[in-house]
Amino acid sequence: MRFSFVRREVGNGIRRNFTMTVALIVAVAVSLSLVGAALLMRAQVDRMKGYWYDKIEVSIFLCGNTSVAFTCTGAITDEQRANVEAVLGSLAPTVQEIFYESSEDAYGKFQEQFAGSAILANISPDALPESFRVKLDDPANFEKVATALQAVQGVESIQDQRQLLDRFFQILKGLQSFAIAVAIAMLFVTVLLVMNTIRVSAFARRRETSIMRSVGASNISIRLPFILEATVAAVVGSTLATAGILAAKYWVIDARLAPNLTFIPFITWEQVLAIVPVLFLVGVGITVFAASITLRRYLRG
Amino acid sequence: MISFDNVSKQYKNTSSPALDSINLDIEQGDFVFLVGASGSGKSSLLRLLLKEETATTGVVTVDGINVAKLRNRKVPAYRRTMGIVFQDFRLLPGKTVFENVAFGMEVIGKPKSEIARKVPALLELVGLEEKSHRLPSELSGGEQQRVAMARAFINQPKLLLADEPTGNLDPATSVGIMKLLDRINRIGTTVIMATHDVAIVDQMRKRIVQMEDGKIVRDQERGMYGQTGQ
Repeated sequence: MRFSFVRREVGNGIRRNFTMTVALIVAVAVSLSLVGAALLMRAQVDRMKGYWYDKIEVSIFLCGNTSVAFTCTGAITDEQRANVEAVLGSLAPTVQEIFYESSEDAYGKFQEQFAGSAILANISPDALPESFRVKLDDPANFEKVATALQAVQGVESIQDQRQLLDRFFQILKGLQSFAIAVAIAMLFVTVLLVMNTIRVSAFARRRETSIMRSVGASNISIRLPFILEATVAAVVGSTLATAGILAAKYWVIDARLAPNLTFIPFITWEQVLAIVPVLFLVGVGITVFAASITLRRYLRG
Repeated sequence: MISFDNVSKQYKNTSSPALDSINLDIEQGDFVFLVGASGSGKSSLLRLLLKEETATTGVVTVDGINVAKLRNRKVPAYRRTMGIVFQDFRLLPGKTVFENVAFGMEVIGKPKSEIARKVPALLELVGLEEKSHRLPSELSGGEQQRVAMARAFINQPKLLLADEPTGNLDPATSVGIMKLLDRINRIGTTVIMATHDVAIVDQMRKRIVQMEDGKIVRDQERGMYGQTGQ
């Protein structure tokens, strides 16, 4: 089998089947864009988790004058405060760092955060509880701290920032699952479209293939032009999807989102480039797979 | 060269077998007419030889090869030992006479130099060397069948199978095709031709294998179509 012959056959096939080939390219491009979007979303979530989990703390709010918790008997005493700190200290290495934040410190931060807001007038330093801010070796170890402190006198409440983040990540996870579901549906459509394209193509060239068989052409040389035809469409479609994803990184993430949302760490170019081979592999892989099983059915020796 | 040993073929979802206990021997260099009504089993017999179908029971042997046991990937090489001609010619309408014959060589990977040398010789064999740059639509039916025969001959097969090769041709043109088949037979090629054409069969006076309902009802040397079996 000669290269020029195969190239000519593939060219003829694509030209004759042009509309189907275009449909196939678009389907591959759309479904792979979705696959890519789902993968990028996962990378983004992982990156944000890594970044934020590193920063989150456990807040141990201490009793004030108005506290009603059963561990409180009015404002915390110096003795109780020292005891809480000792308990925290005994939890090393789970507890890595301990900061103390007094009501005045808290009020100062509050003032900064709500500068210019009317709410400031209604808040006095007394309304903001003093607290210990604790950094853990692993945010998952929150329970250890909570168990150790929940019955200690002078502790009003213990708050895990991770819970707040987890709720946010759950929403992202939902979006991600949705993107994956749509991507799978589109990949399925692509497989069907490949099958149909190959079937139409095989029907249009049934005379050629019957001649090929009767003169003793090998199965591979009969099927290769069809498979290559689908592969060309898959490569073009994958390229479009890749271009779309790189464009999204460049024009949407880097140019618009990153400068405005400085507190979110966005996916890096390395992470984006890492999914490009995956897209090509998936695109070409499912196309060749679908083409092969269709040919097995329609071009029986 | 070819032997059918008690061969039957039953297609799925049919009540009666397409071939029913066929026993047939064909020697190298024979010219055999396969005659009988449509549906009598002529085409099934040819399809078994081509390994487009496999016998339900019995053994088909070609050149010492048990056709049923042939591995799938060896089928192409096996088919290169035979040429096939169809009633509908099966030429590619967009290709010239030369390209049609060359196509058959290209798909089995013959080098350009061999194609350039061999195609004109084949066209000369079938008497179409003058028309090598014409399209099939510019040729008569007889000429188109000659192109198909040239293509069937690219591998210099020892066996030529012809399925109603004159079915679409007028009597005068058919005579030309038969002369060509006779010439091919005289250079040692075994020819098996399925046909309805009474005039041709009677004129050629070759071996006749007559089929009816999947059985061979007559096998006669130098026979005539009209004669019935013993």
